[in-house]
Amino acid sequence: MAEASTSSGPYPKKVTYCGVCSLPPEYCEFGGTVRKCEEWLKQHHPDMHEKLYSQEAIEQNLSTLSLEAQKRAEKDSQKKAAKAASAEAKAEELRATSKVLIKRIERNKRKYVTAVQGLEAFGLDIKKVAKDFGKKFATGSSVTKVPGGGEEITVQGDLSDDIYDYVVETYPNIPEDNVDCIEDKKKKTAV
Amino acid sequence: MFKKDATPGAKSKVKSSAQRAIRSKVLDEYPKLEPYIEDIMPKKEQLDLVKLPDRVSLYTLGSTPLFFQHMDDAFMPHLSLVHKYPSAFHRLRIDRGAIRFVLSGATLMVPGLTSAGGRLPNDPEDTEGTYGDEELEAGEVVVIESEGKENACFVGVLKMGTREMKKVKKGQACEAGHYLGDGLWGLNLG
Repeated sequence: MAEASTSSGPYPKKVTYCGVCSLPPEYCEFGGTVRKCEEWLKQHHPDMHEKLYSQEAIEQNLSTLSLEAQKRAEKDSQKKAAKAASAEAKAEELRATSKVLIKRIERNKRKYVTAVQGLEAFGLDIKKVAKDFGKKFATGSSVTKVPGGGEEITVQGDLSDDIYDYVVETYPNIPEDNVDCIEDKKKKTAV
Repeated sequence: MFKKDATPGAKSKVKSSAQRAIRSKVLDEYPKLEPYIEDIMPKKEQLDLVKLPDRVSLYTLGSTPLFFQHMDDAFMPHLSLVHKYPSAFHRLRIDRGAIRFVLSGATLMVPGLTSAGGRLPNDPEDTEGTYGDEELEAGEVVVIESEGKENACFVGVLKMGTREMKKVKKGQACEAGHYLGDGLWGLNLG
């Protein structure tokens, strides 16, 4: 992928994008996650890293700005970095505290549906997951709205244990402790 | 335009007649894309239309975004397309100091273009002719590159002709655009 750095050449030009902030690596310095970006680049594209983060390049970057502007830019980038860090910490915390609930709901005597809540907190597209559940278990599976707001996946049939295993296995970023199976006895009481 | 994270709305297939119309309109606007148009949107492939907030529609080929359009305005290229075919568009350059403002979504101001690091068409310092010799009028779609960088960072519509910019040297230059790291850039088109 080294050809990304040559300025002209056959089209389409190949551009490398940073794996951390998704911008072209030369713009990483404006993203607020500079340190991480730098590490990533060092690992994946060492030649580019050398070019972009050499002492010379940094000095050249600074020389084009006035002293005052430099200071302001520095302050700004610090602020941005702090913001990015706090946002990340928040996301991490959310991930640690949020739970995936697998509910077995009795629909009729000996007939069950299984409702799965909380997958969206882990960055999953629940519409797609619902489709996958349906494919995997060969049952109807749909996204339904919950009265309290939000959405859940409803899978036909008593599949709570299977779904538990499947979720833990296929989505490694969901810690096993955060997945709970509960049984919901009779949703609506007989009239 | 995409300061907030955009969530893709309904995705639908584009009729082949509409697809032809898009193709010819794109070629009208960006004649320099002609040699590559078959690579960008092959005749046989199915384009998709993704609706975005604020009446923006985005045309994609599979999961690669190509062009977006606000209502019936001009087609604007997605930055990833610009990165692939940089010379097919009208280009201007901003100085280093302006990059961080542009990347946080500010309106592009004229001084960023007229200062020493910036480039407008017919710039005496532009020896290679990268930035063209044709003065641009207000309303044209331009791609903004930046000083010391290789890839473009912004796509927008000119608010002021380049000739006027050189005279006035202040005010807003570009409006409502798409910049690196905005909602459109971060869009996930699974």
